[in-house]
Amino acid sequence: MADEKPLIKITIDGITIQVPEGTSILNAARMIGPEVAPPTMCYYSKLQDSGGKCRTCLVEVSAGSTKDPRPMPKLVASCRTNVMDGMVVKNTTSEKTLDARKGVVEFLLINHPLDCPICDQAGECYLQDLSYGHGDGFTRYEFKRRTFVREDIGPYIQLHMTRCILCYRCVYVANQLTDNRVHGILDRGDQSDISTYISRAIDNDFSGNMIDVCPVGALTDRTFRFKNRVWFLKPMDAHRDCDKCCGKVTLWTRGEEVFRVTSRKDPWGEVQDIDGKAAWICNTCRFEKKKAADWVIEGPTSIDRHSVISANHYEVKEMPPDPLNKVLDNHSPMLLMDIRETSQVNQPDIDLSILPGPATSYTFKDHDEATEISKANEERLKINDHKKVY
Amino acid sequence: MKKLLLDKVNVPGIKTFEVYRREGGYRSVEKALTMSPDAIVEEVKKSGLRGRGGAGFPTGLKWSFLAKPEGVPRYLVVNADESEPGTFKDRYLMEFLPHLLIEGIICSSFALGSNVSYIYIRGEYDWVSDILDTAIGEARQHGFLGKNILGSGFDCEIYTHRGAGAYICGEETALLESLEGKRGLPRIKPPFPAIKGAWGCPTVVNNVETICAVVPIMNDGGEAYSKIGIGKSTGTKLISACGNINKPGVYEIDMTVSVEDFIYSDEYCGGIANGKRLKACIPGGSSVPILPANLLLKTAKGEKRLMNYESLSDGGFITGSMMGSGGFEVLDEDQCIVRHTLTLARFYHHESCGQCSPCREGTGWLDKILTTIENGKGQMKDIDLLWDVQKNIEGNTICPLGDAAAWPVAAAIRHFRDEFEWHITNREECLVRNFGLAHYADELKIAATT
Ligand SMILES: Cc1cc2nc3c(=O)[nH]c(=O)nc-3n(C[C@H](O)[C@H](O)[C@H](O)COP(=O)(O)O)c2cc1C
Ligand code: SF4
Ligand code: SF4
Ligand code: FES
Repeated sequence: MADEKPLIKITIDGITIQVPEGTSILNAARMIGPEVAPPTMCYYSKLQDSGGKCRTCLVEVSAGSTKDPRPMPKLVASCRTNVMDGMVVKNTTSEKTLDARKGVVEFLLINHPLDCPICDQAGECYLQDLSYGHGDGFTRYEFKRRTFVREDIGPYIQLHMTRCILCYRCVYVANQLTDNRVHGILDRGDQSDISTYISRAIDNDFSGNMIDVCPVGALTDRTFRFKNRVWFLKPMDAHRDCDKCCGKVTLWTRGEEVFRVTSRKDPWGEVQDIDGKAAWICNTCRFEKKKAADWVIEGPTSIDRHSVISANHYEVKEMPPDPLNKVLDNHSPMLLMDIRETSQVNQPDIDLSILPGPATSYTFKDHDEATEISKANEERLKINDHKKVY
Repeated sequence: MKKLLLDKVNVPGIKTFEVYRREGGYRSVEKALTMSPDAIVEEVKKSGLRGRGGAGFPTGLKWSFLAKPEGVPRYLVVNADESEPGTFKDRYLMEFLPHLLIEGIICSSFALGSNVSYIYIRGEYDWVSDILDTAIGEARQHGFLGKNILGSGFDCEIYTHRGAGAYICGEETALLESLEGKRGLPRIKPPFPAIKGAWGCPTVVNNVETICAVVPIMNDGGEAYSKIGIGKSTGTKLISACGNINKPGVYEIDMTVSVEDFIYSDEYCGGIANGKRLKACIPGGSSVPILPANLLLKTAKGEKRLMNYESLSDGGFITGSMMGSGGFEVLDEDQCIVRHTLTLARFYHHESCGQCSPCREGTGWLDKILTTIENGKGQMKDIDLLWDVQKNIEGNTICPLGDAAAWPVAAAIRHFRDEFEWHITNREECLVRNFGLAHYADELKIAATT
């Protein structure tokens, strides 16, 4: 059907392409390729109405159309702006776009706990990729970060609200895939909170897809938490006969063991289209079929060579000896912070995501110096304390 | 000057249908119903009326954009959410002249083909909502609302809908969401409400004052209305004046009055209170840039600044401001710009809907930095940081609230940077004394006599 729509022309970063009418700038850019495709944190092509919120996909429109070649006064969200015939768009070639994007990354990070070392999403987190690709290597934010207590929402999903970037994708999943949405966003502004009203309430079928769409580690698989790092696992395409969903999944395996099951992802990190339909998977496939025998294995999943996940794909016959064990005196820390003080670092009772600021080695030792050094800063922070609750 | 809106506001009992009708009310409805809807739209176009809600978009043009697909209802929604700090003109209109608004709604609904129209009213205005409900009841009783109005075959109902205390629900698409019973989150445009508004149907959202102004346009004709005022600022405008002035209140002006006259003449604000001097002013509600006195009374070119759309925005944001919603806030020499800016930043932080990241995170950050500076704990680099943060918010958000949060901070730094610096270099003093340095206008004594 899409073929019947008239084709129109758009130029992005100097590359011209013809696309069907009604295509968004973002999708046109994706057709050209990843070099010119703006990053996305909230848009998800398989979820209706998604996008427009995170503002990472902003681009400059230097000519609106052939008919009206005036530039658009503001940067536009490419995921929610449709192409006009003769439109000229600047993404990576626009200083203004890159500046604004850097600003957006900074905004997304100021209240983020930066607890990647203990976050299950690390390695497949879009916020990590985004900040490496488009952000600065430092922060200008000197205040306490917004924190929440983590919460199990239902038997399968854990919510780390502190890490949430409020992309609303999980809300759209619940609306569009499950039989009933039982969670949503409460409060407003930077106090917004994903919640279920009654904790532990989500167990609707297909709700597991919320985990897949979450760009960060805010929604994680409780059956997989802390079991393994994604880059140590080997993703395998597999399928089974399922009466609820397409049954086509990616198994994350190590040896014979299946650590987790997810939907299959396309190069944009979205669930793949299989036979013209988004291949969402049901909760049974995702959470209850954790044995290799449950599945017909098709073969290794193709993963972008640059992804850390592909690290495991290129097996070396003989691994070079890992010097770490020797250095660490056979401790195997979950977290590497201060190598000189290994024994102090491994403290499972410290939850990095509820620290109101970035963790330092002081976080891990009850050190007098810590207070000394941050005293001046503390002073500055204290003033803002009274305003935590409105 | 002949008042067009507030002319009868002091007539005893004007809130009641009887008195309002006796004073010539609802004439415009009688006239409108004999015209064709398109002719009314044409008349409004001719009048040059611009939206009074803040953006100043030509009303006739907006009406002509309304899509008219077969078999789909159309809606008129009156924006009475008025939550902009410093703006209180709509409340005044609705509280004292409820029938004027209803009269305007009937004419406008007829022109737009809306059989059900809504007044989305700020929740805190509960008593005003009651007044409107009473007035709507009276109008219905007398055949001006309901089925077959005055035998014309036109049906119209008006419902009031109370907001729940969110400033963002004044943004037209958030307002529609809220009206539909959802979270008040601004929609991503396009589509604009004129194509897809309330419940997906074509909708016009107009400010209370805009709709009220339709009444004199119907009565006297668009042409006559367009002759009042100057340039593209036609007709009369309500200004809600507040702050350090002798006579705060709602004034109806024609837009040829100069800012100086407006502040100092006895007809309007009556000068600065307590014999103080003028320091700065926000001429159009909290979202527009603040101007120091010297740039307020005269433009950068040295011309007299007038109270109208063009003159107030003369010089862009570098040396000008905006007409906005008509909330005129005056600051005397004792007021602290830093504290004032903090107050605004706190407001926008509290009111951001949180949908898009620059506004959600940026407004909070601005608030925190300003709190630090105001409390004598600031550092010089904080000022540049403030500037960067506001710059990163502005223009990059879904709705104009992000801009509205950024502009006041930008303008305060642009015009009063020395005051921020003074707060940072005089940490102790700024805690006890409220003000830093100030740019005063020089010609105040001349002005005081007009
Ligand atoms: C954050 C925000 C708050 C607003 N609040 C109001 C309001 O309280 N009243 C109003 O009439 N317009 C308000 N507006 C403007 C409306 O979006 C819209 O432009 C206006 O209702 C159109 O009416 P007009 O054309 O008659 O001016 C607000 C806009 C924004 C972005
Ligand atoms: S929990 Fe994840 S998917 Fe849901 S809004 Fe937050 S970041 Fe987005
Ligand atoms: S700019 Fe602010 S208020 Fe407007 S949609 Fe974005 S977060 Fe909400
Ligand atoms: S991806 Fe376009 S705004 Fe988030």
